[in-house]
Amino acid sequence: MTAPRPVRRLSPLAVGIALALLLGALLAGLLVGAVGLSPRAVLAEVADRLPFVSVDSGLGEQGAAIVWDLRLPRVVLAALVGATLAAAGAAYQGVFRNPLADPYLLGVAAGAGLGATMGIVTAGSASAWVPAAAFAGAVVAVLLTYALGGAAGGGRSGTTLVLAGVAVAAFFTAVQTFVQQRHADTVREVYSWILGRLSTVGWSEVGLLAPYAAVSLVVLLLHRRLLDVLAVGEEEAETLGVSVSRVRLVVIAAATLGTAAAVAVSGLVGFVGIVVPHAVRLLAGSSYRVILPLSVLGGAAFLVLADLGARTLVSPSEVPLGVITAFVGAPFFAVVLRSSRKGWGP
Amino acid sequence: MSGISARGLEVRYDGRVALAGVDLDVAAGEWAAVVGPNGAGKTSLLRALAGTVPSTGMVAVGGMPRRGMPRRCWARLVAAVAQHPVLPAGMTATEDVLLGRTPHLGYLAAAGAADVAAALSALERLDAGALAARPLGSLSGGERQRVVLARALAQDPEVLLLDEPTASLDIGHQQQVLDLVDGLRRERGLAVVAALHDLTLAAQYAGRLILLDRGRVAAEGTAAAVLTPEALARFSGARVALLRGPDGEMVVAPRRPPAADGAG
Repeated sequence: MTAPRPVRRLSPLAVGIALALLLGALLAGLLVGAVGLSPRAVLAEVADRLPFVSVDSGLGEQGAAIVWDLRLPRVVLAALVGATLAAAGAAYQGVFRNPLADPYLLGVAAGAGLGATMGIVTAGSASAWVPAAAFAGAVVAVLLTYALGGAAGGGRSGTTLVLAGVAVAAFFTAVQTFVQQRHADTVREVYSWILGRLSTVGWSEVGLLAPYAAVSLVVLLLHRRLLDVLAVGEEEAETLGVSVSRVRLVVIAAATLGTAAAVAVSGLVGFVGIVVPHAVRLLAGSSYRVILPLSVLGGAAFLVLADLGARTLVSPSEVPLGVITAFVGAPFFAVVLRSSRKGWGP
Repeated sequence: MSGISARGLEVRYDGRVALAGVDLDVAAGEWAAVVGPNGAGKTSLLRALAGTVPSTGMVAVGGMPRRGMPRRCWARLVAAVAQHPVLPAGMTATEDVLLGRTPHLGYLAAAGAADVAAALSALERLDAGALAARPLGSLSGGERQRVVLARALAQDPEVLLLDEPTASLDIGHQQQVLDLVDGLRRERGLAVVAALHDLTLAAQYAGRLILLDRGRVAAEGTAAAVLTPEALARFSGARVALLRGPDGEMVVAPRRPPAADGAG
């Protein structure tokens, strides 16, 4: 037992554990796959690509392609998606002071769902238009939510925004379902997109997500102390000199950009944005100075492992990624709800 | 140190007038109590002074008007304690008080060692040093109020606005909290504006009383001048007797009318 500390900070030990977890997950994701390759050869193949390093992995051209063009981009993409969704979820929980907030709260999922469905229906599921349409749909949905919530409540209250998000999500989902029903031949592709998957990725998807993820993560991490100020309530935060509506706008904009880009390349992967921040909160404390950085690392590790499960559990076919995250997430969520009385009291 | 003043302060909620043109001057080192029945506009006045509701009219500290001043600069001059402050259960007392340093930090800057020291010394000043590492969820009502006051003190303000600081405290803790506020007022020259329900406490602690009625100042002055039985009957519908304590201090005592049926 250590003595209680007046101000709890992000401990190097916690960061070390989270980094070790992420590194272990990345390694596992890289080494395990449908095609049996020796771990030593895989590592040598990756090392060979580093600048100033030259190692002969002994893998043939095909083996090298499996490591470099299939496994590595998929693992990196899973880490980016997980980090982005977990950070966005933590930020939403802070900005709305609501433990049940997730990155899809303001209509991102419904908007992306409609966009992706339109893309799949008009151009086919393999088209490069699908991620673009999903991204655009997500951003448009959140803009609509903001316009609606701002018009209704003067933008003062977070609750108004959440309610506007409910309305926008319901509307977009209705349109999406209608379009899907009219094009029964594409139901399978739409369904597979909605459940989340990383199965078709190469480096191009990593390239699509990386810039948005980087901007989103940097902005959210910079706002971690201000999220702690918001924890004492909107009016109190304003008497402490913080413009609540401005902080909320910046945080939501950053979280939306990251989430929309993540959803565009991976589909709707649920629960990461709720499970990871809550696990961090229970294990490491309730300050966003701690929750945000650890959620980034933990979210990355969690999704790499979930994707490893998705592609190996019923190999050679795949379990949808959203099924894995929800299968792990739902029981965990029950535990969080049980303990929420002490962590999220009035 | 400088005081706070307001001219023609007006607050409306959806067109309903909550505060209808209030003028006010509270000098440095002065304690003004805002009294009046429920709904008279006490909280609206404090919010308008703090700048957390839209208002028309003028508010200034030391001659510097709030209009056009960044929110962060105003928060260095004016600290406000809400009637029901939100205290996240998992936060420690020091972490909460540290939030009081917010107006002194850059937008994205982290709190440094000097800020932590300021937070700890504010807790010490309010006799709450022992609570430093305690989670807020484990504090009693009196302890919570001292932590909230320490957060306001950590803002290093010139004006302290208090909305019912003694609500839901027992009589001993009410006096303890007001004594602490009075100490801060005297040693730092703080201008204190406090909404108080308890007229006896208002009369004993405040140098001046401001009686609000339906958003206007109905009377203003010393306790003896403002708290007449006639005024309290008229504005609060109250039946009171004004008594004097052993040291001549004012006591406002409620009186039950003689029972009509002659019983009791």
